[in-house]
Amino acid sequence: MSKIHVTTTVNGEPAEFLCEPQESLLDVLRDKLQLTGSKEGCGSGDCGACSITLDGRLVCSCLVLGVEAEGKTIGTIEGLANGDELHPLQRKFLEHAALQCGFCTPGLLVATKALLDANPNPTETEARFWLAGNLCRCTGYDKIIRAVMDAAAEMRGEHA
Amino acid sequence: MNFVANKSELKVVGTRPVRPDGIDKVTGKAMFGADLTMAGTLTGKVLRSPHAHARIVAIDASKALALPGVKAVITAADFPEISSEEAAAGDGAVNFRHMAHNVLARDKVLYEGHAVAAVAATSQAIADAAAALIEITYEVLPFVIDVEAAMADGAPLLHDDIKYNGKPSNITKRVEFKLGDADAGLAEADVVVEGRYETTAVHQGYIEPHAVIASVNPDGQTQIFASSQGQFMIRQYVSKILAMDIANIRVTPAEIGGGFGGKTLVYLEPLAVALSRKAGKPVKMVMNREEVFRATGPTSGGVMTVKIGAKKDGTITGATIDIALQAGAFPGSPVAPACMCAFACYDLKNVRASGFDVVSNRSKIAAYRAPGAPISAFGVESAMDDLATKLGMDPIALREKNAAKAGTKAAYGPVFPEIGFEQVLEAAKSHPHWSAPLGPNQGRGVATGFWFNIGGDSSASVFVNEDGTISVVSGSPDIGGSRASMAMMAAEVLGVPYEKVRPIVGDTAQIGITGMTGGSRVTFATGMATVQAAEKVVDELKKRAAMIWDISPEAVDWKDGEAVPAGANAGGFDPMPLAAIAAKAGKTGGPIGSEVSINAQGAGAGFGAHICDVEVDPETGFVKVLRYTAVQDVGRAIHPSYVEGQIQGGAVQGIGWALNEEYLYDKNGRMDNAGFLDYRVPVASDLPMIEAVVVEVPNKRHPFGVRGVGEVPIIPPLAAVGNAIKAAIGVRMHSLPMSPPKILAAIDGKA
Repeated sequence: MSKIHVTTTVNGEPAEFLCEPQESLLDVLRDKLQLTGSKEGCGSGDCGACSITLDGRLVCSCLVLGVEAEGKTIGTIEGLANGDELHPLQRKFLEHAALQCGFCTPGLLVATKALLDANPNPTETEARFWLAGNLCRCTGYDKIIRAVMDAAAEMRGEHA
Repeated sequence: MNFVANKSELKVVGTRPVRPDGIDKVTGKAMFGADLTMAGTLTGKVLRSPHAHARIVAIDASKALALPGVKAVITAADFPEISSEEAAAGDGAVNFRHMAHNVLARDKVLYEGHAVAAVAATSQAIADAAAALIEITYEVLPFVIDVEAAMADGAPLLHDDIKYNGKPSNITKRVEFKLGDADAGLAEADVVVEGRYETTAVHQGYIEPHAVIASVNPDGQTQIFASSQGQFMIRQYVSKILAMDIANIRVTPAEIGGGFGGKTLVYLEPLAVALSRKAGKPVKMVMNREEVFRATGPTSGGVMTVKIGAKKDGTITGATIDIALQAGAFPGSPVAPACMCAFACYDLKNVRASGFDVVSNRSKIAAYRAPGAPISAFGVESAMDDLATKLGMDPIALREKNAAKAGTKAAYGPVFPEIGFEQVLEAAKSHPHWSAPLGPNQGRGVATGFWFNIGGDSSASVFVNEDGTISVVSGSPDIGGSRASMAMMAAEVLGVPYEKVRPIVGDTAQIGITGMTGGSRVTFATGMATVQAAEKVVDELKKRAAMIWDISPEAVDWKDGEAVPAGANAGGFDPMPLAAIAAKAGKTGGPIGSEVSINAQGAGAGFGAHICDVEVDPETGFVKVLRYTAVQDVGRAIHPSYVEGQIQGGAVQGIGWALNEEYLYDKNGRMDNAGFLDYRVPVASDLPMIEAVVVEVPNKRHPFGVRGVGEVPIIPPLAAVGNAIKAAIGVRMHSLPMSPPKILAAIDGKA
């Protein structure tokens, strides 16, 4: 079976790859573009470890085909920091110890970034429901939610 | 090093610095098991049994081997046959024949998902296609899933060589721990409660599926990069299963994406090594989530009867628990720790805890956080709640009345030194949560838990670098932040800032043998090795300073990262910082560093008490956890944030076990819910904040007082939630999970 040529944008940089029609975007990111920050926890869209944005929309990259990325803009965990300056969410996750094993962390950060882009001032309940598609088995979510709320406050300028 | 009694003397221990591996983990750079690829890597795929129990009559791989891109196929014929002996492995004993047969079925498949063959090919798609082309002829056999059915006469038998009371059986052993005369004690009681309780198999549910890449050279030298709770465990088990020299195997620990006990076994590693040996190329294997559910873990489900008798004043006179636990397809349920921990919170004169280990056609169980203890605690702590009700006593007061303390002899043997259970109960009782008002359909429950915590084999090394910074290597895979705590303990001993100490987890060739990350042992045991290595470095630094000053080493003290003269008689030298000594190391005897390997003794028992508020919807039976407080004696918290995180995470796993999680089987003995959609672990919107209350009653056998944290918090929640539900609806739930249909049936049954 011949492969399909796909042209896309990943974290602001042009990217192209050849993929098979049935290949998931997650496999493409990990195996073809060496962006292994997105993780596969389930392959069925239940755990959120592969969360990315596609034209700004939060999706599970395991449920997207590689060919669907044609002409679209992809955002992954590798694009969250600005050079060597961590995104406030990354900094707050570290300060609050909002990770233990860290496997779910990339997906949670991407999902939280999408939350705050859509709603810069979420309630705790809104944050919990937005992140209900991102499983974390280590933390019980407490410190994650605290980090999210703290980062949101800082990004709104409330810490100044 | 002497125990540091005064916390105010500590400068680094007890602070909350950013973990050293943190940036890698928030930027996506951290290398987990599936993230490494070597040049020419093949993809491995396992073919698994569709049957719960069947004889393997024939395997024909010829069509698979003929597929272009297929490089190797292996079956049990590629593994040496191993005798059925319990062999020493780390701190315990392992039957490597059983382990090998679990990794790859020989003669029979014993559960759906049991590996039968494996293939390596040039792509995942080809490997998948090839696995489907391997033809297995099965003779399907009767199967048994349920633990009591497996114990019954006439049950289908899994193993020819397992006998109980001289007869072929699925019961592999019975254990018993006792003190005094439990039956006589029960006869003395004014009030007796008795109940039968059931728990289901639940999976550890780590988000990272098992993953490995292995490369074998023609001379036998083998590299393995894998996610596990023990690189030395993988090295030893692979060596035993494939009859290889240990020195030929080098295992590099990948970052581990959760384990909770479930990554204390090998599944893929021997297959990847055997495939690589045959194909002559590196082989990478990654499980999918369905395989994780069907073929790894979970922990046991079980049934138990609990009986507790007490005088009117609440003094317990006798208690028994009789429990039967599923082991899965091979012996080895945590029935012993389930019995040992069952009543260990209490100072009892007459107690008996007995249990059966039972095989059935389920995947072989693996350890899960405080293995066995949450199961028995569900029964015991539910019964304690009923006893308090029957006596008209406050449930915390009943526990205080009978609390284990220093000098209490536990039924499983030891006499406790200083422990913190009374302090934990006091903290729970005085917490505002315990007296907060409740609304309609709401209830509050309390339950406690005990875990011994363990020590064991650990190695760590501490090196002084040329510029005076410090490198620390330990042998313990870091699941929850242990690199931070190792660096903190080394910094404390050396008197240098935390940021000047950089820790790594060594591979099997870089550091001495270290037992697995598990049992709440790492901060205690590997921490002790790290502290001892740092102390040896301090001794050496003092010697070097003495040499430079030309005075006796005894005349040098170490203070805040500097050598100082011990007194006026030693001479009037200015303090010499660590970096200055490091700079002169070449002229004073060479590089400075130390490695320590120990078998750490003196682990301190841990106790917890959890308070849970729930609201039960009387229309649907849905249970919402409203508020949760988890109190625990941790000895001393090295990094309090990660201590709290362990407590919060363990509590939430327990809440999932209590309310949602279970293995479901269809009529053919196949798991019916092998995915996160149908096997429902707690999500963020299910939960409130989890308040962790850290109590510190130091363990004086550790220099900084560490007891261990990770196991205790999963023990109380099952009963704490059940007791809260009882308070809300007035009905005792005897069976897990306490899911809406069961709760609704209980409410309807009451009316």
